[in-house]
Amino acid sequence: MGRKRRFRVWRGDSAGGSINDYQVEVNDGEVVLDVIHRLQATQAPDLACRWNCKAGKCGSCSMEINGMPRLSCMTRMSTFEENATVTITPLRTFPVIRDLVTDVSFNYQKAREMPAFTPPDDLYPGEYRMQQIDVERSQEFRKCIECFLCQNTCHVIRDHEENKRAFAGPRLFIRAAELDMHPLDARRDRKEAAQAEQGLGYCNITKCCTEVCPEHIKITDNAIIPMKERVVDRRYDPVVRLGHRIFRRDQLTAAPSRPEPAVHAPREAPHVPQGVTWHTPPAATAIASILPGERLSATEFTFDRSGAASPFGDDVSFPLPVEQLRYQRPSDPSTDGSGPE
Amino acid sequence: MTIERHQYDVVVIGAGGAGLRAAIEARLAGKRTAIISKSLFGKAHTVMAEGGAAAAMGNVNPRDNWMVHFRDTMRGGKFLNNVRMAELHAKEAPDRIWELETYGALFDRTKDGRISQRNFGGHEYPRLAHVGDRTGLELIRTLQQKIVSLQQEDKRQFGDYEARLRVFAECTITELLTTEDPAGQRRCAGAFGYYRESGEFVVFEAPAIVLATGGVGKAYKVTSNSWEYTGDGHALALRAGATLINMEFLQFHPTGMVWPPSVKGILVTESVRGDGGVLTNSEGKRFMFDYVPEVFRKQYAETPEEADRWYTDPEHNRRPPELLPRDEVARAINTEVKAGRGTPAGGVYLDVSGRLPAETIRRKLPSMYHQFKELADVDITKQPMEVGPTCHYVMGGVEVDADTAATTVSGLFAAGEVSGGMHGSNRLGGNSLSDLLVFGKRAGEHAASYVDSVAGTRPRTASADLDAAAEAALAPLSRAEGGEHPYTLHHELQQVMGDLVGIIRRRGELAESLARLAELKERVRKVGATGGRRYNPGWHLALDLRNMLVVSECTARAALAREESRGGHTREDFPAMDPAWRRVNLVCALPDGPDGDVVLRRQDLTSMRPDLSALFDRGELAKYLTDEELAGLDESVAAAEKGEH
Repeated sequence: MGRKRRFRVWRGDSAGGSINDYQVEVNDGEVVLDVIHRLQATQAPDLACRWNCKAGKCGSCSMEINGMPRLSCMTRMSTFEENATVTITPLRTFPVIRDLVTDVSFNYQKAREMPAFTPPDDLYPGEYRMQQIDVERSQEFRKCIECFLCQNTCHVIRDHEENKRAFAGPRLFIRAAELDMHPLDARRDRKEAAQAEQGLGYCNITKCCTEVCPEHIKITDNAIIPMKERVVDRRYDPVVRLGHRIFRRDQLTAAPSRPEPAVHAPREAPHVPQGVTWHTPPAATAIASILPGERLSATEFTFDRSGAASPFGDDVSFPLPVEQLRYQRPSDPSTDGSGPE
Repeated sequence: MTIERHQYDVVVIGAGGAGLRAAIEARLAGKRTAIISKSLFGKAHTVMAEGGAAAAMGNVNPRDNWMVHFRDTMRGGKFLNNVRMAELHAKEAPDRIWELETYGALFDRTKDGRISQRNFGGHEYPRLAHVGDRTGLELIRTLQQKIVSLQQEDKRQFGDYEARLRVFAECTITELLTTEDPAGQRRCAGAFGYYRESGEFVVFEAPAIVLATGGVGKAYKVTSNSWEYTGDGHALALRAGATLINMEFLQFHPTGMVWPPSVKGILVTESVRGDGGVLTNSEGKRFMFDYVPEVFRKQYAETPEEADRWYTDPEHNRRPPELLPRDEVARAINTEVKAGRGTPAGGVYLDVSGRLPAETIRRKLPSMYHQFKELADVDITKQPMEVGPTCHYVMGGVEVDADTAATTVSGLFAAGEVSGGMHGSNRLGGNSLSDLLVFGKRAGEHAASYVDSVAGTRPRTASADLDAAAEAALAPLSRAEGGEHPYTLHHELQQVMGDLVGIIRRRGELAESLARLAELKERVRKVGATGGRRYNPGWHLALDLRNMLVVSECTARAALAREESRGGHTREDFPAMDPAWRRVNLVCALPDGPDGDVVLRRQDLTSMRPDLSALFDRGELAKYLTDEELAGLDESVAAAEKGEH
C-alpha cells in the first residue's frame, strides 16, 4: 500500500559528511520518524538518530526537516506535497556527533548554572498551599520537553558560536521565568540573574523560539518579555536612576549588588559561514523586508502588514526550496569546513 | 584494550523516576553516586506517565487514607501482591509526593490550595496527584532539577559539580560484574557498558548497584513503551544470579491509539475515562456494563444513569464500569473487537466530546488533545477516539526484599518497574509513579547503608570478566557480513510475543512460542551489525536483543505454567481465577549460566498479617483465598478475640 518517496538525509560526523539520497516506502498516516525507522530497518541500519517516546512527549527526535526545526515524531508525511522530496538535516546549532545526532551538552551545562528552586524556610513538606491560578503561570513553562528546538533556532547562538558562553538561551529563560513566578520560591532575584548571568539582554525578541516550540509555550510573550520589562523597570526607572546619582552605592541597600550587565555585547565582524555545505554555498541569512533607509518599521501604520514580522524573514516560507537547504555545522576549528561537494 | 574505569559507592542504572530518586537518596546519605542513562538525561520513559501519582493524602475526599489505598492495590493485583510492599507503598506515598514540592514540583491545586487529586480506575477515592495529563514529565523534571541542585551544592563545597553525583548520559550497561566473597557468596562488584556516542567501553566499580531500568515492552509490536524498554535490568539481574518473579503478568493498557498504524500503541490516558469519557462499540452500545466481574460487582454501577450521576455525586452512586482495573477493560475491548463490534481500525470508541465542554477537555486533557490533533487529525472535543489494548507495563520483575529493595545477590538492589511483587498480577493506574518514589528512595537508602556495612572490603572486578564482556559486546560487529539482521530478528520476536504470548493465551500457542524463542535465541547468537562503533543503532539493537529474548522466555515459560487467569495473565483454557494459584509466585532463574535455559520454580507467597487482613471483610477474602487459608484466618481471629477476653 505504501509508495516510494525521495528522502535526503545528511550523514556524516565531526569530520564532515554529505547528503544521501534514498528511495523509501511511505504509508498512510506515517510521520517522518517512521520513515527514518524504515530506512534503518531496510537500507541504513547504522543511521544514527535519537528518539524515545514517539508521541511528542520526550523531545528527543529534534531535527531540521526541509529547513524547519521540528520533532520528527510529530511531523506527518501528509503535510508535504505528494511528490515532494523530504530533506533532513541535524540541528545546526550544536556540534554533530553522527548523522542526525548532535552534542546538546551545551543545554545541560547552562541548566546546571541556573540557580535551583529554593524552598521556603518556614514550611514543612505537606504545608505548601498555592492557588491554581498562581501555579498555572509557571506550569506553562514546565510543559517544556527539552527538545532544544528553541535553542537551535535562536539566532543569537545559531551560527554564532562565540555567543554561547554568555547566553543561556530561551529554554533557560523560561526556566528563570518559571522560578520567578513560582509562588513559593524563596529567591527574589531571578530576573536580575537572568539579565546578569544568562544574557537575557542578547535576546531581541524575534520570536523564533516561540514559533518552533512543539509544546506551544509562549516563550517570548509570557517569559522573556515580562522579565525584560521588569528588569528594565528597575534599571531605567528615573527615580532609581536619580537615587543612584544622589547616593553612594553603599547607601542604597536595596540596590542590586550585581555588576551592571551589558545589554548588547559587541558584535564581531559578520560571521563567515563554515562547516559542511552541499550543492550550494550557504544562502545569505534571510531577514525581514525592510523599509528604505534600512530600518525595520516599528509601527503597523507604516508597515505593509499587521503584527510582527516573521522571525524567519518575511520572504521565507516552509518548506524551503531544495536549492536553499543547507546544513552548516557549528564552526569547528579542527576541520577546514570543506565537506565533500 | 584500555577501558575507562570509574569508582563509585553506588551506581544507579536507569535515569527514570526510580533511578533518580534512588540516586538522590544515596547522595543525601553522602555516597559518591553515578547515574547511568541509556538516553539523554531527562528523556526516560517516566515522561510518558500521564494520569498521576497515587497517594492517599485525602485532599479531595478526607475519608481516604493508607488503608483504603492498600485495599485498592491488593484488589487491583488480585491479592497476589507482595503484601509488605503494598503496605509500605500506601503508607509512604503521601510523604514522597509532598517531598517533591520541596524540590519545586507544581501539581494542580484544590480550591483551598492543596494538591488536587483525581479519580482513576480501581481507586475508591480521588487519589492521583497530577499536573494536567503530563504528570510523569513533572516528576522527571522535578527529580532532574533536584539532582542539579545537589550538584550545585557540591560545586560550592568541592568546586566540582560532579564531585559526588554524576550523570553518564547515553551509556548502556551490557553486563553486571560479580565476585565471590570469602564465604562463597556472590556479591556485586560493578557494571560494564559502552558509551552510545563513541562506542567506547566503560567500567563502573562499585559495591552497590541499583537497577532501575524499567520494563520489557519492546518485545511487543503494539506497545506504549519506548525503544529503551528492552528488559535490560531483568536480564542483567538474571545473568548476575538474581531471580525474577511474576513474569507472566503483563499489563495491556486498554486504551492505546489504533490509528494511524504508525502510532498504534501510543497511550491514551486513563484520565479520559476518569474525567467522564465512555467506551462504546460500533453499535453505539456502552458495553462495559456487560463486563463487570463478580468480585467487583458491589462497587460498580449497573446502569448508565447511575454511572453518570457518580461524576457529580460519588457519595451516593457507584462508579462507572469504564473505571474497572485495566486488565478487565482490556479484556472487554478485546472481546468486543473479536465479536465483530469493533471500529474499522480494530478498536472501540472512547468518547469524551459529548460529555464535557470543549474548553474543559482542552484544559484537563491538553496533551491528549494535542496528540490526537497532530498524529491522527482527530479533534477529541468533537469526535470520538479509536482505542484498543497496548502492551504497557510488566508487573513481574526482579525479586526484592520489600523493606530494603535488595535482590538475592548482595549489593544488588532494584526499584521501579524492573522490580516485581508490588503490583501483584495487575497494577492500578497511578500506582507506578508512587511506586517509583517510595521504592526508589528505599533502594537508594539501603544501597548506601549496604556500602557502609562492607566498608573496607570493596570488591574488585576480574579482568577476565571484563575481557569476556568486551568480546561479547564486539561480537556483532565482527559479523558485519553474513550475520543475522538485528531489525529482522527484533521484528520476528515482536511477532512471536504479540501472536502467541499476547492478551489471551492458550497452552498450544505458549508451547509453540517457546520453540520459536529457542530458534530465535540461536539466531541472536549469530546477529551481525554493519558500520562502526560510533552511535550505531543497528549495533545497539543487536546487543539489546539478547536481553529481550531471555525476558520473553521468562514470560512465555511462566505463562505456560500458570494454569489460571488472573490480572495481566489470561488463559483461554483456564478462564477462572484459582485460589490455589494465588499462593504461588513463579520464580525464574538462570541456574545453568548466562546462556542457559530459564528454569521455573514455585514459591509460596507470605501470608497477610492479621491486622492487614482485618481491613477486608471475610466475604471479600473468601473470593480469593483457599478454604484452608480461610480456616487459618478464622482461627487466628478467634484466637485474637479469645486473647482479648
